[in-house]
Amino acid sequence: MSVTEHQKSVYIAGQAADARISFDIEAEGMTLNLGPQHPATHGTLRIVVRLDGEQVIWADPIPGYMHRGYEKLCEVRDYAQVTTLINRIDWLGSFANEVPFILAAEELMGIEAPPRAQYIRTVLFEMARLANVSLFLGDMGVQLGAITPVFYAFRDREFVLNLIESATGGRFHPNFDRIGGLKDDLPKGWIEESKGALERIRSFCDQMEDLLVGNIIFQERTRGIGIIPRDVALDYGMSGANARASGIDWDLRRDEASPLAWKHADWKVFTHPDGDSFARYWVRLQEVRESTRIIEQLLGGLPAGPIRAKVPARIRVPKGEAWVHTENPLGEMGYYVVSDGSPGGPFRCKIRTPSFSNISVVPWLLRGVYVPDVITILASLYFILGDIDR
Amino acid sequence: MSPVAGSVFGIHAAYWNTALLKTLAVLIVAPTGALIIVYVFMFKMMAHMQSRLGPMDVGPHGTLQPVAEAVKWLQKEDVFPARADSRVFALAPLVVLVSTFLIYVVIPVSPRAVAADLDTGVLFALAVSSLSVIGVLMAGWASANKYSLMGALRAAGQLIAYELPLVLAVVGVVMQAGSLNLNTIVLAQAHFKLFGVGGIGFFAIPQFVGLLLFLVAAQAELTQTPFDMPIAESELVAGYLTEYTGFRFLLFFIGEFATAFALAALAATLFLGGWYFPGYGLHWGGLAWGRQLVGPAVLVAKVLIVAFFIFWIRFSFPRFREDQLQAFAWKFLIPLALVNITLTGVLKVAVHA
Repeated sequence: MSVTEHQKSVYIAGQAADARISFDIEAEGMTLNLGPQHPATHGTLRIVVRLDGEQVIWADPIPGYMHRGYEKLCEVRDYAQVTTLINRIDWLGSFANEVPFILAAEELMGIEAPPRAQYIRTVLFEMARLANVSLFLGDMGVQLGAITPVFYAFRDREFVLNLIESATGGRFHPNFDRIGGLKDDLPKGWIEESKGALERIRSFCDQMEDLLVGNIIFQERTRGIGIIPRDVALDYGMSGANARASGIDWDLRRDEASPLAWKHADWKVFTHPDGDSFARYWVRLQEVRESTRIIEQLLGGLPAGPIRAKVPARIRVPKGEAWVHTENPLGEMGYYVVSDGSPGGPFRCKIRTPSFSNISVVPWLLRGVYVPDVITILASLYFILGDIDR
Repeated sequence: MSPVAGSVFGIHAAYWNTALLKTLAVLIVAPTGALIIVYVFMFKMMAHMQSRLGPMDVGPHGTLQPVAEAVKWLQKEDVFPARADSRVFALAPLVVLVSTFLIYVVIPVSPRAVAADLDTGVLFALAVSSLSVIGVLMAGWASANKYSLMGALRAAGQLIAYELPLVLAVVGVVMQAGSLNLNTIVLAQAHFKLFGVGGIGFFAIPQFVGLLLFLVAAQAELTQTPFDMPIAESELVAGYLTEYTGFRFLLFFIGEFATAFALAALAATLFLGGWYFPGYGLHWGGLAWGRQLVGPAVLVAKVLIVAFFIFWIRFSFPRFREDQLQAFAWKFLIPLALVNITLTGVLKVAVHA
């Protein structure tokens, strides 16, 4: 049956009416553009919020202002060069970005790094977590108006960064992981030195517990704010501390068979049933403490031996596909590496970053909250722009 | 009848001399107070609390850093946003500054050194301190910026809500002293006897609740950290200050910290005995005018003590949300102030009867 002129005009009139109605609805309230230049967005995340007074009617995150095309760039670099790039994805915990990619490459080549390398990898991985999450613990205070905690965070993170620097040569971008092992062994005296830094981080956690967690204003501002129920967190593919704060007991370090050394340490996965901003802060605080315990135990039982397996001088990854994901500071990070067997780099490298999934819950979460809580929620979700846009 | 020789506008020249001197004194004292607050608390105390050194290079131990900052702002371009209401935009910082300067007018620094010895000094000081709301609203509206507007509206709501506990906190002191004149209140504290012991009895002891209420409300009036929702760098960028640069921002800046100094001075005068130093009579070293010289130093010392607490809170706490802040004022501070007033009245009658 063909569409008559009448039907057409009815359809057009209906569309026009819809447009008018939606225009009328939109004319209420005020559109506020949070970002891309805004102090609370950790970089260049842009969120357009529609406000009724101070209440958010809807919110729309617009990522992409820092998109650098890493997935495509990975295709035109060889495997050794890719780590330089992916260091810059989550720039606060850089070493943790390298590990899953290298593990994927090792899986494709059928190489396994010697145990000492796996231990040191795990230690540096957890160091990256300390450097990353301790900054969050202070930064959350700044977002809520307490300016002092972040300075403590910067002060104590410095000890961790110094350790990372003395082991790898790079403070933020170590570029230390190699296929089949590591670039170097740990320097002399490093293990002794690390004890002091771990002690600093632990006392920093205690300070944060006193300054923020125990503070009644902090609790008022975070408890019951931005509640993500368990099923919503699952639906949006949230991972890491954000998922664990919603009561999902899922940690890839424990649940995934991995060549890394977490299984050799005795540690605990923390979850929180509430799913609010406070829970997310609390879970991360406990994770930092657990991280220091992991590092201590692994360094205590560090096996002797080589730090690199036998790897051909010219790396040629055979044809195949590999998917490796790990529990990064921000959540589940995975690399899907496809090799076509050519001598260059990967044929395709899909990067799954935790922040991108974690902030996808923002439109659902921000509906109906007040403007100050927008900042609390964004801060407690803890994203890093490089990790969203890559 | 011809006008008196040496008169201006029909008023004797001597009046103009004193008026000019007093105006100059206030105009010098207010920014100086701001400088002291900025250097001692904003730069040094904050830095040391945060494991930093703060400015060290300009002047000995960085003492001239506030001056350098002021010079920096004076050099900057005076930017008006394209859609700003330029006249209101230009006027707003001045309104805020006028409100600040007017507080200084009634604060006595020694028995006779006060710019205007008003009989209703307390009332005047608290009234003019809330004039700044108008300037803030003007700044927020004229900036043609949504962040500024939201900041200004939050500020207006907050300043009105906290004006009430600020005034009610003082009522207890006024009842005890039996006067609204600030100098009389200081003298009342000098003569005040606590359980028969004279010389130490500041109103801070019997009016402890009043002092706490005053400090909390002053914190809110200054839009300092637990109550800095109107500024809230992390969400509203800088609230009503967002569009201001250079000279006009400097005016706001001076206004903020000079008001901090003034409110601390008011708290020191009302609760800690102002220029009066305990243990000495009203004559210093046997000199009737000795008090005039020492008074200002004593007052500044007390101001720094009060300001220390205000800024300690500022650097330690996160901020309240707008609704929590209003609930705190209306549901907690104001009832507490009313209870304090009732108790003060009952005790005053009971003790005197």
